[in-house]
Amino acid sequence: MTDTLASHADQTLHKGEPLIEMENVGKAYGAIRALRGINLRVGAGEVTCVLGDNGAGKSTLIKIMSGLHPHNEGTVRVDGKEVSFSSPREALGHGIATVYQDLAVVSLMEVWRNFFLGSELTAGKYPLAGLKVKQMKEIADAELRKMGIVVKDINQPIGTLSGGQRQCVAIARAVYFGARVLILDEPTAALGVKQSGVVLKYVAAARDAGLGVVFITHNPHHAYMVGDHFVILKLGSMALDKTRKQVGLDELTQQMAGGDELAELSHELKR
Amino acid sequence: MSQTLEAPAPAPSEPTNRVRMGLAQRLLSRPEVGALVAAIIIFIFFLVLAPSFRSAESFFTVLYQSSVIGIVAVGVGLLMIGGEFDLSAGVIVYTAGLFTSMFCWYYGVNLWLGAALSLVFCLLIGFLNGYLVMRTGIPSFLITLGTFFVLQGANLGVTKLVTNTVSTPDISNIDGFDSLGKIFSSSFKIGSVTVWTSVLWWIFFVLLAAWILQRTRIGNWIFAVGGNPDSARAVGVPVVRTKIGLFMAVSFLGWFVGMHQLFRFNTLQAGGGVGNEFLYIIAAVVGGTLLTGGFGNAIGVAIGAFIFGMTSLGIIYAGWDPNWFKAFLGVMLLLAVLVNLYVKRMATARKVG
Repeated sequence: MTDTLASHADQTLHKGEPLIEMENVGKAYGAIRALRGINLRVGAGEVTCVLGDNGAGKSTLIKIMSGLHPHNEGTVRVDGKEVSFSSPREALGHGIATVYQDLAVVSLMEVWRNFFLGSELTAGKYPLAGLKVKQMKEIADAELRKMGIVVKDINQPIGTLSGGQRQCVAIARAVYFGARVLILDEPTAALGVKQSGVVLKYVAAARDAGLGVVFITHNPHHAYMVGDHFVILKLGSMALDKTRKQVGLDELTQQMAGGDELAELSHELKR
Repeated sequence: MSQTLEAPAPAPSEPTNRVRMGLAQRLLSRPEVGALVAAIIIFIFFLVLAPSFRSAESFFTVLYQSSVIGIVAVGVGLLMIGGEFDLSAGVIVYTAGLFTSMFCWYYGVNLWLGAALSLVFCLLIGFLNGYLVMRTGIPSFLITLGTFFVLQGANLGVTKLVTNTVSTPDISNIDGFDSLGKIFSSSFKIGSVTVWTSVLWWIFFVLLAAWILQRTRIGNWIFAVGGNPDSARAVGVPVVRTKIGLFMAVSFLGWFVGMHQLFRFNTLQAGGGVGNEFLYIIAAVVGGTLLTGGFGNAIGVAIGAFIFGMTSLGIIYAGWDPNWFKAFLGVMLLLAVLVNLYVKRMATARKVG
């Protein structure tokens, strides 16, 4: 499965090369500062894990990278060039694809339609040109199969797949259409252990294929399994920024769980 | 039904893991099947009960009746699949006709010019509907309810100002009447049967809409913006443009039927069209369109309009009090909504996962 992912991934990606660099980035919604002082680097072939509690600023960070909201402090550079995205289409144009936890797919649409949504194959350039339905079905089926996802009928509505399969279809789609940076928003949050495993294997495969992966989660165990670099957000700023060598799972878990606050709490609750 | 398909699951990634859904299941997951069954039942019902229903002439009268509702209903169906409503679709038909008629009568210009300007005006209203909905985020139900009242009032007000009555003057002597009449409102005979061109136009628009929905990228986008707009936007679908385009398609089809009415009857009543917006919505829903968007098809909407045509005339052919017609429509709508709910559950439940 790694091979097929690699064969689709951009061949010009070199491991360690910076794809997204954020310098002192901040975002304010009116009077509320959702994010400040973010320094983040997403390298090719690396998984950057962003951890944080609810309301820590994770979603805001994703929205900046995926083009849903522009940042209003600091600089964001993609491939060394400064950018400020005004739409997801623009971010996609730079090879930055985002897979959202809850809105990855349109559940009433067939699997193949979802796979090609936004990048349909048509027989011509004119507006009413026919879709190459047969070809799209074959490609979607073959691609998913190669990547280890077997759907029983490519024509079934994607809502009939399991949560893990839906996430994987969304990730496979992003990779197939040439994503260089994958932003995964809580891909394992709603999943069981086995389904999470499927998704995590995918994340590792994408990393090995040379893609830059931003893995947003609040589960330090999942993060530590695949991550190269860990960032913890707290109240809109960075509370921890370490590489895999500098931090262990215990420290990560403790930091994530509230660190000193937790120690204090357990002291108070001591029986 | 779901139980029968659950074979013991083989190991994943084996080709044998592939099953084709059963015929019944595949049929049931199609939006128009419920409507088709209903249409056949209603058809047989009137064949049995209304002797004058059993002729080719009355069949084509039914088709004509269906086409007048069906043309706009196709647009409304697409819009509903795209997740929005248009309550102004009924009165815009008359706005289009009144605009053309009074503009040409007042200024004494060729009807082609009036028809073209009226088209631009209607497209503008459609654009405005879509733009306001997308820009403000207010539900389209409210925005187009506003447009509905504005147009309804303006239709009456302007007509009264220009003609001092509530109907428009006869335009059959103005230049361009014959040529436009040929396009929008002519008929020909096959034996004893009168075929109105509006029926042919209806079939054309239904086929065009079916093609767009099922076989073009725009159709894919329509399903996506109705099913999950955020997700559609995230993968690069131009949600705003798609939805505004749908509103404009509805007002285009409204204009088309407006032209038909004008050139069929020469004069129009300024208060017409009110209430038809619900007939379009009923046709779409009876035809299997999901009220919440993302599901439906054009053939289903056509069948919905055909059911409307059959019942509205069938009741008369059967010699019953036509006042019961609305009650019947209400029952049809409720049944359709129930069937829809069931179909949606069937389609999204994990049966072969």
